Amino acid sequence: MPELIPADSVGLVVPIAIPFDQPLSLNCGEQLEKFQLMVETYGELNQSRSNGVLICHALSGHHHAAGYHSMADRKPGWWDNFIGPGKPIDTRRFFVVALNNLGGCHGSTGPTSINPKTGKPYGPDFPVVTVADWVNSQVMLADYLGISQWAAVIGGSLGGMQALQWSIAYPERLRHAVIIASAARLSAQNIAFNEVARQAIMSDDQFAGGRYLEANNIPRKGLGLARMVGHITYLSDDAMGAKFGRELKNDGFSYDYNVEFQIESYLRYQGESFSGSFDANTYLLMTRALDYFDPASDYDNSLPDALSRATARFFLASFSTDWRFSPERSREMVDALMKVDKDVTYLEVDAPQGHDAFLMDIPRYVRGLSAYLHRVAEECL
Amino acid sequence: MSRGDFEIIRNWVAPGSRILDLACGDGQLLHELQREKQVSGYGLEINAQDIEACIERGVNVIEQNLDRGLGNFRDGSFDTVIMTQALQVMHFPHLVLEEMLRVGRECIVTFPNFGHWRCRLYLAAYGRMPVSKFMPYTWYDTPNIHFCTFRDFEALCREKNYRVLNRMVVDQSYKSGLAGCVWPNLMGEVAIYHLGTILK
Repeated sequence: MPELIPADSVGLVVPIAIPFDQPLSLNCGEQLEKFQLMVETYGELNQSRSNGVLICHALSGHHHAAGYHSMADRKPGWWDNFIGPGKPIDTRRFFVVALNNLGGCHGSTGPTSINPKTGKPYGPDFPVVTVADWVNSQVMLADYLGISQWAAVIGGSLGGMQALQWSIAYPERLRHAVIIASAARLSAQNIAFNEVARQAIMSDDQFAGGRYLEANNIPRKGLGLARMVGHITYLSDDAMGAKFGRELKNDGFSYDYNVEFQIESYLRYQGESFSGSFDANTYLLMTRALDYFDPASDYDNSLPDALSRATARFFLASFSTDWRFSPERSREMVDALMKVDKDVTYLEVDAPQGHDAFLMDIPRYVRGLSAYLHRVAEECL
Repeated sequence: MSRGDFEIIRNWVAPGSRILDLACGDGQLLHELQREKQVSGYGLEINAQDIEACIERGVNVIEQNLDRGLGNFRDGSFDTVIMTQALQVMHFPHLVLEEMLRVGRECIVTFPNFGHWRCRLYLAAYGRMPVSKFMPYTWYDTPNIHFCTFRDFEALCREKNYRVLNRMVVDQSYKSGLAGCVWPNLMGEVAIYHLGTILK
């Protein structure tokens, strides 16, 4: 709970729901007749509308990227240490737009929304959306806001995939793509982790084929389990060791299968709190969007060919202990970009935190990104 | 601040060419080449502060350790590959040179000449490894693990059949003089080589 809003915070913010009445055709062949996107903005759009920055969120993210909704909030938005006056994404210079993606569960149209055809929640009937669909919907958002070209599209992890997709699908609509701890496609191991998460959810008794909301239920156990698996992969072995080691919850073993080690307690807590605040169908959808993303597949599996259309300049960063989106995945993108002569800067940050590092205040990473975005801001006339 | 070896290199780089600068430091050379010769390309660096300086200058910098090789670059994908004052810190300088000439059509390399009279005099007089303002490290704690002389490098080029397009030696303030032309191995403090593809 902030007693006082910190000086470098964007302060109290109010999300807005923006309705779209034009239909959106999806990769899966279906069409959404209308939808809404939940959006937050920070800073001011300049006169030439050239200082817009789009923040794309990762698997469990949403539109609340910075600031507080009320003085009673325990925590600020999910990327608050990067967005604000004087922070790397400086709201004194940029007009920052953060949204909840289509299919999300934080106010944008998704599986928990009411299906106008049935009057019931979409649940499993909500179409499977892809990264390309998201970017198409974000283009509609940019049009709505009157932003014909973003100064930068920025994202980490799944968010980085969206920034990459922007640069390929709408090259003229962004000047910079900032892609952090991401990949141009998932590896088999990564898809495997997603499948375990989905199986955990779908095999929960309460899942009811995805229609749990109609039955007033939540597949808590399955969703919690999915989050536990995910969480393990977001941390490095070192980070987990440093935080928990083999520390026990109580003195000595109790020779049963209840919580013995602190790491078990932590994972269970993470799983439980997540399952109370996130929608299971959205989790399935987000992991599928991750699995499907592979822009090179439209170009004979050549990432350089896919990227040859891009006109944005690129900033990429990866973290040494990230094994979910390892530095190798970022290097693939960097190499592809260099092959087709694109402007690219790449940081490989030594950090013990694993994949979660992209959210954290790591001095080298913060300074590098700040320096880059400082130049981006200078170009916004 | 302007470095004399940069001035010489600038004259050897064709306008509009595609450049790879290995161990590019703070990006000054690439920045100057971009501004004055409209080159494109990338700098590779691992020092965090230097990388930041590159970003501030708007130079494309890639964090990549040269000891891991240049396997991610295709043959002949750059016009010129440059490496200034870093050959002596490489684990395998001859392999790095080979890689530079694989990835680039030409390469430019500069290194401190250990055959300079001051080094020789220091070694002769004190019987100890030379330490100077120019080479300030002690033998046991130094990034410079592969010193060579102008003549050593000449021999390597001959052995490997590298085509020497241009060579020069300069003094500490990067000036070239008559003495350096006559007795390069004795009078030159920094050697600057412009190499072309391997002689058949």
